Amino acid sequence: MSEQTTEKILEIDNLTVSFDGFKALNDLNFSMNVGELRVVIGPNGAGKTTFLDVITGKVKPTEGKVYFQGQNLRPYNEHQIARMGIGRKFQTPRVYLNLTVRENLDLASNRQKGVFRTLLGKPTKSDRRTVNGLLETIGLTAKAELQAALLSHGEKQRLEIGMLVAQSPDLLLVDEPVAGLTDEETENVGNLLLALAQSHSIVVIEHDMEFVRQIARTVSVLHQGSLLCEGNMDEVQNDPRVIEVYLGEQEEEAA
Amino acid sequence: MLELAVGIFNGFSIGSVLLLAALGLAIVFGLMGVINLAHGELMMLGAYATFVVQNIFQGFGDGALNLYIFVALPVAFIVSAIAGLILERGVIRFLYGRPLETLLATWGISLILRQFVRSVNGVLVLGIVLFCLLFFGGLWFLSKRTDWERIRTAAISALLPLSLAISAVAGVLVSKTGVEVLTKPWFSARNVDVTPPAWLRGGFSVGIYQLPYSRIFIIVLTVLCLLGIYWFLNRSIWGLRIRAVTQNREMSACLGIPTDTVDALTFAIGSGLAGIAGCAITLLGSVGPNTGQNYIVDVFMVVVVGGVGNLFGTVIAALAIGIVTYLIGSGTLALMFSNSDALQPLTDFFTFFAATSMAKVMVFALIIAFLQVKPSGIFPQKGRTAEL
Amino acid sequence: MNAEVGNFAKRQQQKKQQIIELAIAIGLALVFAIVMPALLSAFRLKLLGRFVALSIVALGLDLIWGYTGLLSLGHGIFFALGGYALAMHLKLQLPEGQIPEFFTLYGVTELPWFWTPFYSFPLTIVAIFVIPAIVAGLLGYLVFRNRIKGVYFSILTQAALLVFFNFFNGQQKLINGTNGLKTDTETIFGVLVGSEGAQLAFYEISLLGLLLVYFLCRWLTTGRFGRLLVAIRDDETRVRFTGYDPTGYKVLVFAISGAIAGVAGALYTVQTGIITPSAMEVAFSIEMVIWVAVGGRATLIGAIIGTLLVRLGQTFLSEQFPEVWLFFQGALFLLVVTVLPNGIFGWARDWGIPKLRSLLGLQEQLITYPALEQDPEIQQEREELER
Ligand SMILES: Nc1ncnc2c1ncn2[C@@H]1O[C@H](COP(=O)(O)OP(=O)(O)O)[C@@H](O)[C@H]1O
Ligand SMILES: [Mg+2]
Repeated sequence: MSEQTTEKILEIDNLTVSFDGFKALNDLNFSMNVGELRVVIGPNGAGKTTFLDVITGKVKPTEGKVYFQGQNLRPYNEHQIARMGIGRKFQTPRVYLNLTVRENLDLASNRQKGVFRTLLGKPTKSDRRTVNGLLETIGLTAKAELQAALLSHGEKQRLEIGMLVAQSPDLLLVDEPVAGLTDEETENVGNLLLALAQSHSIVVIEHDMEFVRQIARTVSVLHQGSLLCEGNMDEVQNDPRVIEVYLGEQEEEAA
Repeated sequence: MLELAVGIFNGFSIGSVLLLAALGLAIVFGLMGVINLAHGELMMLGAYATFVVQNIFQGFGDGALNLYIFVALPVAFIVSAIAGLILERGVIRFLYGRPLETLLATWGISLILRQFVRSVNGVLVLGIVLFCLLFFGGLWFLSKRTDWERIRTAAISALLPLSLAISAVAGVLVSKTGVEVLTKPWFSARNVDVTPPAWLRGGFSVGIYQLPYSRIFIIVLTVLCLLGIYWFLNRSIWGLRIRAVTQNREMSACLGIPTDTVDALTFAIGSGLAGIAGCAITLLGSVGPNTGQNYIVDVFMVVVVGGVGNLFGTVIAALAIGIVTYLIGSGTLALMFSNSDALQPLTDFFTFFAATSMAKVMVFALIIAFLQVKPSGIFPQKGRTAEL
Repeated sequence: MNAEVGNFAKRQQQKKQQIIELAIAIGLALVFAIVMPALLSAFRLKLLGRFVALSIVALGLDLIWGYTGLLSLGHGIFFALGGYALAMHLKLQLPEGQIPEFFTLYGVTELPWFWTPFYSFPLTIVAIFVIPAIVAGLLGYLVFRNRIKGVYFSILTQAALLVFFNFFNGQQKLINGTNGLKTDTETIFGVLVGSEGAQLAFYEISLLGLLLVYFLCRWLTTGRFGRLLVAIRDDETRVRFTGYDPTGYKVLVFAISGAIAGVAGALYTVQTGIITPSAMEVAFSIEMVIWVAVGGRATLIGAIIGTLLVRLGQTFLSEQFPEVWLFFQGALFLLVVTVLPNGIFGWARDWGIPKLRSLLGLQEQLITYPALEQDPEIQQEREELER
């Protein structure tokens, strides 16, 4: 186990992404061990979502490289990267509204993603068991046959996380999972993420400091497209640079 | 070389007609994201308005007839703009954010408009006026009641068939009386001819070729419209509002911009431009109920190639498509390669496509090839919103 | 565990429903196949046969538009290609060494090379599917691989349609241009195509074709594949990030839809007696869309009902008042889009049938949330209250 933890699942070298000259990410370096749960925080527009865009192939780096399990991701596009084992949850929940919860999960859990395999293949018994297990995990068993459009916001968030897990990725990227949730729902999602962290590497992007404190072990702070500092919650909170750009601003506002 | 220059001029003039027609569409599609398949019919309305104006001027003798075009242009603009306004307020505004449905609905409008100019006569107009009076009058009357919100659906579903039936019966009764003035269609079902003013006939001679004045007029008109629109969008207060709404509708509404008015205005201006284009095409040949259909697909191609929401892209795309279509279709290219034997296959190839309809085949293939390189047109829209 | 059992019961029930549906469909088809020829005059039967052929293309369109969310305005291309393929075969029923008569009008003495495969009947049958499928697949691939979608796809298919129309119109020396290919006076297996017997056979074949295509579409849309199509319609980006490549799926569906249109075109052609480039007119292809919309998208059965209804209405109206038809059709477009977005079938399913049920005093079916008894959160709360 101790051997594995030193292995890097994600490594990012001197990454720059520029949109018409505007550098959304600027010479970013980042690395993460297998099995780690990492929280990324940063003010609005710091480039957090862009960071996930680059990892998942939605945006190609202008400069620099992204390695996933030692493999350079540049030549691959989104679906190939997803098949390599990176799952992503979007900032606003994106599920298939006209399918039932079960069907949503079934599509995600399908191992054979080629056109003809999907056409001719049938869900196996183990597929069905996975889906039932997941329904239990995300607490939607009772609503399994309901159209996803009828779910509440929080339930959609949980469903989307469930879909990620169904893909059985090695790395989960979760963008602001508790935005717009009630306290109770937030805690639910937090526990869900902690449970998942037992068996996955996870990057969580979040604003809600309460929530960050609930789940965080290591926190990375992004500012103007670069890594500002990294460490555990207390270290980060007491870092003067962080206070200046992030927490400090909040205090000023409050004052 | 002269051939090529004249060919390019002709292509340029075709391109400018396309551009004139595409301008309105580019505004409506680019700024509002609305696919208006009735755009061609709005052009057709402009052309018919021109026809009517010309007929009226004919009554005033030759001197006046020469000037009809200067009255016809604003009239065409206004007629099409009003038609567009009705279209937007009556149908399209209920369909924002549902582009495919809008497309189908505007196709329905286009069918109706085409049949309308064929069969419009006194009776039909009477019927429509009666229907509007009954229906909207009824709605207005009922909306004074305090329980209006509750009875709304029921009221509409009762009023609509009722007023339709009454006006239909009235129409049938009137046409039974057989008064010639009322039952005679206003326009012949076939195409109508507008004779260009005397000073636009003939042309400017270059060697054995002639550059028709009417084409030059259209080019000038296009440039003027382009400048006008550019000024309007970038320098006027309403232009600023339109651009603001395009960028962020909710935010604009919060800042007190009347987004409803902006939508209606944008649509009316786009439609009005279609009217001007319609007026312009009367200079090129006869027009009929189906005239709009000849342009609509080409015009959409211009917008797609140009990139949505960018007037400059539209200009380049229109001119490029016009010139390429003409050079291929007229056989100018085939002729150019025919000098040397080595290029014989090339000559054969271009000769095969040397007809207006075949040129379209070639141009489409080129457009598809172009889209492989630049899928969102010459000037793609940028930013995150463009992808979703 | 409970979920497992419920699941199993549900699948059993689904299977049962499928068998019932199969029985109903075949039964209906049999009724149409036996009763209609006895009831209707030869002329009316031919008309019905054409409608049946058209409802096949509507099924294909439903597949690509209703389920996958891609509005094709170019299905006329595939329809016409199928029609031309069969017509070319019929035109070649000639003594050795002769070429179809119209060629002589344009001074063509040698059969163009691409006609030769159509001497063979089996090859022709294959071509009716395969040529439209290839054209659709190619066009689809070039468009979808660049992630062009939504209205852009619609516009491009319409442009493609116009291009094919122009091409067929302009090529007299290859396929008789505007005049098209007449099939009425040709023979098939030694029988005159226009004869009553042959027409009856075509009617029955069309019905069979409709039945087969219907089940093909059912099969495509029920399993995982069908759900993926809906997923692509709902959120293509999500599909991509789940590890599927939507391009392949879209190309395949478009190609299948094109092949279906080709079959429909062939069946329609022999029952009309002629195929001309006018089958590729812009208006005709949009009309197909309205058949699907009237019946109800993504319901399959709606596509068939819609086609039959609209076509019947059109026949009636344009016989009685030719002027009114276009007005009516225009109004239909507006109406369906604004008032009846789910079509007749969708309306009946979402509103009509539940209403009828409650009128008849039958129990309202559970359609939205699970009953309180099934909600674990509420169960838990109850337990806590009881304690
Ligand atoms: N596709 C794009 N085109 C142009 N600018 C973009 C694009 N995507 C993101 N940006 C810009 O990059 C910056 C970082 O955005 P983002 O990653 O969403 O920040 P965060 O998620 O941390 O709030 C923002 O200023 C945003 O406007
Ligand atoms: Mg973000």
